[in-house]
Amino acid sequence: MTELTKLTISEIRAKLGAREFTALELTEAYLSAIEAANKKLNAYVTVTADKAREMAKASDARIMQGEARPLEGVPLGIKDLFATEGVHTQACSHILDGFKPRYESTVTANLWADGAVMLGKLNMDEFAMGSSNETSYYGPVVNPWREEGGNKDLVPGGSSGGSAAAVAAWLCAGATATDTGGSIRQPAAFTATVGIKPTYGRCSRWGIVAFASSLDQAGPIARDVRDAAILLKSMASVDPKDTTSVDRPVPDYETAVGQSVKGLKIGIPKEYRVDGMPAEIEALWQKGIEWMREAGAEIVDISLPHTKYALPAYYIVAPAEASSNLARYDGVRYGLRVPGRDITEMYEKTRAAGFGREVKRRVMIGTYVLSAGYYDAYYLRAQKVRTLIKRDFEQVFEAGVDAILTPATPSAAFGIADQEMNEDPVKMYLNDIFTVTVNMAGLPGIAVPAGLDSRGLPLGLQLIGRPFDEEMLFRTAYVIEQAAGRFEPRRWW
Amino acid sequence: MSVDTETVRRVAKLARIAVEEEDLERMAGELNAILGFVEQLNEVDVSGVEPMTSVIPIAMKMRSDEVTDGGKADDIVANAPQSGENFFLVPKVVE
Repeated sequence: MTELTKLTISEIRAKLGAREFTALELTEAYLSAIEAANKKLNAYVTVTADKAREMAKASDARIMQGEARPLEGVPLGIKDLFATEGVHTQACSHILDGFKPRYESTVTANLWADGAVMLGKLNMDEFAMGSSNETSYYGPVVNPWREEGGNKDLVPGGSSGGSAAAVAAWLCAGATATDTGGSIRQPAAFTATVGIKPTYGRCSRWGIVAFASSLDQAGPIARDVRDAAILLKSMASVDPKDTTSVDRPVPDYETAVGQSVKGLKIGIPKEYRVDGMPAEIEALWQKGIEWMREAGAEIVDISLPHTKYALPAYYIVAPAEASSNLARYDGVRYGLRVPGRDITEMYEKTRAAGFGREVKRRVMIGTYVLSAGYYDAYYLRAQKVRTLIKRDFEQVFEAGVDAILTPATPSAAFGIADQEMNEDPVKMYLNDIFTVTVNMAGLPGIAVPAGLDSRGLPLGLQLIGRPFDEEMLFRTAYVIEQAAGRFEPRRWW
Repeated sequence: MSVDTETVRRVAKLARIAVEEEDLERMAGELNAILGFVEQLNEVDVSGVEPMTSVIPIAMKMRSDEVTDGGKADDIVANAPQSGENFFLVPKVVE
């Protein structure tokens, strides 16, 4: 049954329609694959096998009746950040022990309404805070990719590390993910998968555990550009339950895949050429520029002068919002409670035991920058810098640039328990240097696999678009995908 | 601006996170590393720049002021570590 798990969503759609196999057979193939692989990869934190079979049977009935919906019978993995009714939802944190919501997030409800099948919940960095999936209470996810000839375990990136690893290792046909500073695009780049962070406001945040509310946005991780387009069409919606959900119809993104890029202006920002960037990434970027040019696009040099300030501003804004959002974990309404001699001690002990090191660090930073006397110097200044970052992009788009091409990450996947990164939190944060600007400005960004480095590890390129022009990203990313080809890990697990 | 262990203790109190004495030093170091990193924002001229309040310019949505949901007390307390008769139970707060 291994071939079944290798099919893309568009192939599944065609083959289920042609009755080449049933949705139940497909789901069983995935459940067996998860059973065989999860001990080694740790991509799933819970598998909902019974529910999956039930949903697949319902899909088969629909197909028999000729009433197939857009994602009928497509088995998906769901990041543990999305509330799924009656199913483990803990943001991979200890503090949400045992939490099973009585409601369903809008994004997952949209997927089920379109016929998708839930395989289970995917591992992630605790509360989506991390770039390596090592901060999860459930332990690190192992990247299905290894160096050629090597057997060292590598990180899949984060925070959507379970999503990226599961898609790359054929443990789901596609996955939901979220991106606050790069959490969809960086893991996609580390695993040779496609990940898109849509424009802020495109996918409802309702029912997604909040990290930094002005930056969080859901999106898919998929095997190829077309699958990402198919998934985003179902995930996106206008939702009255989220006041930041933007009132715009969702286009059929798939029609953008394959459209010509002739005459489009692709901007190359000089500020993304950072010190110490590996030559291989620079070379890959050049290759991407050549591919776009050969496809008929016009390449223009652009400047985004405030780029270098995006990451420091992010490390004020995101922790500040997190410290406020995470105040709700108090041992009263859900999850873990550690008793204390009074209510304050109960709060303090619960939060000390329930939050991991990175989460505590960010809550502390956030609390500090928002505390009396520091607000103006840190938070207010960061929000002003954010205005400048957004303005940089606006000016470039006003000048006629259709999309911006950059590297997705400053390196390929690194080892689990990397000493340098563990000793210096800032070093870990630098993983998001190319992706975080996009969150700060609310823009859409896509990471697409573009090649392998000399050790055989995947590298990705990023395309950034105008607000709500996700179609442009699918169109341009497809050109990269066509030129670069697709990349699969060698199965060792 | 450099954070000392006393400040860490104060911030931890504000954040309602119990911190062991022996961890104060390490946490001060980590916070200082991050604060040192964000210091570079001081180079940016932000005079006359409006702070961002909304990344996508949209008007706040309004809806009619009516009850659209409710009657779910069982659901709301379902995940509580301790509850009784649809109340959350906490240690005594009023003497």
